[in-house]
Amino acid sequence: MKQLNILILIITFFSIISCKNQGNKSSNENFSFDEKIQKEFQEKFILVEDGGTVELPAGNFLLDKTLSIEGKKNITIKGAGKDKTILSFLGQIAGAEGINITNCDGVTMENLTVQDAKGDNIKLKGCKNVVLRNLNSTWTTGADSTNGNYGYYPVECTNVLVEKCEVSYCADAGVYVGQSTNVIVRNCYAHHNVAGIEIENCINSDIYDNLAEDNSGGILVFDLPKLFQPNGRNAKLFNNTVKNNNFPNFAKPGSIVGEVPAGSGIIIMATDSVDVFGNTITDHKTAGISIVSYLMTERPINDSTYGPYCYAIDVHDNTFSRKATLIPNIKTDFGKLLVATLKSPADIAYDGASAKDVRDANGMLPEGKRICIRNNEGMKKFINLNLWKASSAKEILKSYDTDVTPFDCAYTGINGNNTPAK
Amino acid sequence: MLLLIQCKTKTKTNSTTDTNTNSTVTVDVSQPFEKLSAYHLFKGTLNDLIPNDGVLPYDLITPLFTDYAHKARFVWMPKGETAKYVKDEALDFPVGTVLIKNFYYPIDERDESKGRRIIETRLLIKQADKWEAFPYIWNDEQTDATLEIVGGTLPVSWINKAGKKMDIAYVVPNKNECKNCHNVKNVLTPIGPKVRNLNCDFAYTDGTMNQLEKWTSVGYLTGFVPADNIHNKLAKWNDETSGSLEERAKSYLEINCAHCHRPEGNANTTGLFLQLSEKNKEAWGIMKSPVAAGSGSGDRLYDVVPSKPDESILVYRMEHNDPQIRMPELGRSVVHQEGVDLVKAWIASMK
Repeated sequence: MKQLNILILIITFFSIISCKNQGNKSSNENFSFDEKIQKEFQEKFILVEDGGTVELPAGNFLLDKTLSIEGKKNITIKGAGKDKTILSFLGQIAGAEGINITNCDGVTMENLTVQDAKGDNIKLKGCKNVVLRNLNSTWTTGADSTNGNYGYYPVECTNVLVEKCEVSYCADAGVYVGQSTNVIVRNCYAHHNVAGIEIENCINSDIYDNLAEDNSGGILVFDLPKLFQPNGRNAKLFNNTVKNNNFPNFAKPGSIVGEVPAGSGIIIMATDSVDVFGNTITDHKTAGISIVSYLMTERPINDSTYGPYCYAIDVHDNTFSRKATLIPNIKTDFGKLLVATLKSPADIAYDGASAKDVRDANGMLPEGKRICIRNNEGMKKFINLNLWKASSAKEILKSYDTDVTPFDCAYTGINGNNTPAK
Repeated sequence: MLLLIQCKTKTKTNSTTDTNTNSTVTVDVSQPFEKLSAYHLFKGTLNDLIPNDGVLPYDLITPLFTDYAHKARFVWMPKGETAKYVKDEALDFPVGTVLIKNFYYPIDERDESKGRRIIETRLLIKQADKWEAFPYIWNDEQTDATLEIVGGTLPVSWINKAGKKMDIAYVVPNKNECKNCHNVKNVLTPIGPKVRNLNCDFAYTDGTMNQLEKWTSVGYLTGFVPADNIHNKLAKWNDETSGSLEERAKSYLEINCAHCHRPEGNANTTGLFLQLSEKNKEAWGIMKSPVAAGSGSGDRLYDVVPSKPDESILVYRMEHNDPQIRMPELGRSVVHQEGVDLVKAWIASMK
């Protein structure tokens, strides 16, 4: 597929930047390992009874193995405050997670910091009714490609609420909710991650009132092939502040998120039914909002049930602004493309890819699949790559357009998560 | 409590043990005993691991690699009870069954008469409606083992077959971590005792016999018909006469990886499925992008790149020890070089 060749160009974005300690100043100096504490904490996690609480005292605790909870009902894990109870997993010798919660129904975790796990700081798998509240999750080594992947990682969960949580320096995504149903992420602060907040293969999500700044990509809604929960859909992203996500991408190659071009505010990839409104999107050197297909990853799909395109996206009533000094990084092909076309970053970029034969004679997507863009204050630069008709890099330069008027439409039926939050 | 004392050569004296050799196996399915000795699974000196009446030793064709630990496995079932034959999964064991796995290191692998140090004994006990896992850690004196639900880290050293002194920090998993691996649809399940991994001869004290036939003859298995030609058999990973390179590599990956990497397992979020019954090439990782490997991808793009083991993430994760990179996540702190070599040879052989 020649289309893919272009995409190689578009996607072979950036070289991985070697990253120094450049950020979080909290250090691990005041931590020392005590086998007794490790044992005491793990015992608390194992022995907590259904309905019970694991209380973690104030203090700096260095732990060397994952703390895990399995198969409990209605438990609470509670610190003395996110600045008071700090669990560090620096130098971890076993298990990849800091805290690993599996197969629980009813888990509330609040008021503590988890940092420096080898893999994910806090992972929950196969749980129902999850609340993560008032937590901090970080890597004190600053932006480093060997940092752990995810700050908060609920996967295959139902009814997930992440609120008032801070997350930084993840080598992948800060808040990463994957393959889950009924998700709310609100009032969170994600900064200096590769991806700030990422919703992947989830059904029914509300992402609102968050601040995502100084990540490589601010907020991502992705749908990937070959996963346990296919066809992520139905997301509402509203009232978020998405700002200056120009941080160099420090993910290792190989991960999908490693392909996110630094300077991306919101990216919607391969997902259907997403409503994006009321967000303030400021100062991105690549694109404020990108609406793209999985073809952008230039990876094989091999999943006949997978829909790689974006349909039914509604982007309205957002506010864009951008410093005039921001220019796309011409070391990336996407940057070159933007310079060759818009001569500036895009506020909204749409790759215009779709399945064959789905468009009508005028090249329009049918009702129910259309991409709608309207009433976006400050939106000056729009680009539609029209990949549905381009078949080479040269043709993109001919086929792209900047006309947003065909996108003047509205949806009424996009539902996010309609389950009441706790 | 850390074992800081260097292990001694196993002594043959019985002076510190007063094991009642007449006791029969005692199991309380509702709760574990604090001491391993309380089960009376072994007679005589406990660390000789001489099975008591009804305790049957067994072995697996291709076992899980656990930091080069040697393993002595046994099974016990309540009187009159029997396991039922299941073609493709673990046998259907009766309530009260105890699967016993002792992890030990010879002092010197070149000369086992120098004795051994038993590190831990894991019991899987079939309770009324579920299996439970209980790790017991052996004391320095090697006279008994104590239940430690939180597991522990133990320095272990031994001399390997090549005469090299090995020093590792052996990690005994905690009770929850047992389920990370022993997990089918979120239910704790035995991994090893499947027909395809038991279907081999074992040298019993009263003669060599196929394990499934032996289990049948002592009443521990019903429904197994040796004449039926439907019983799968794993290739033995390190025995070239037991199967092709591909068969041996897949057997190795099945037992080392597929307890998690199967649609019903803990790693089902990855889309990488390594159970023998998997027929889809991409599920086996061939030209498959990782999902959440993070830095575990090691700058490589696909799990398995045919003919290019050094571009395959699968190999990268087997070759590394960092907890963030290594696979399996639990149960090893050293690289299993022989296993890596096998999987690399298989990938190199792919067209």
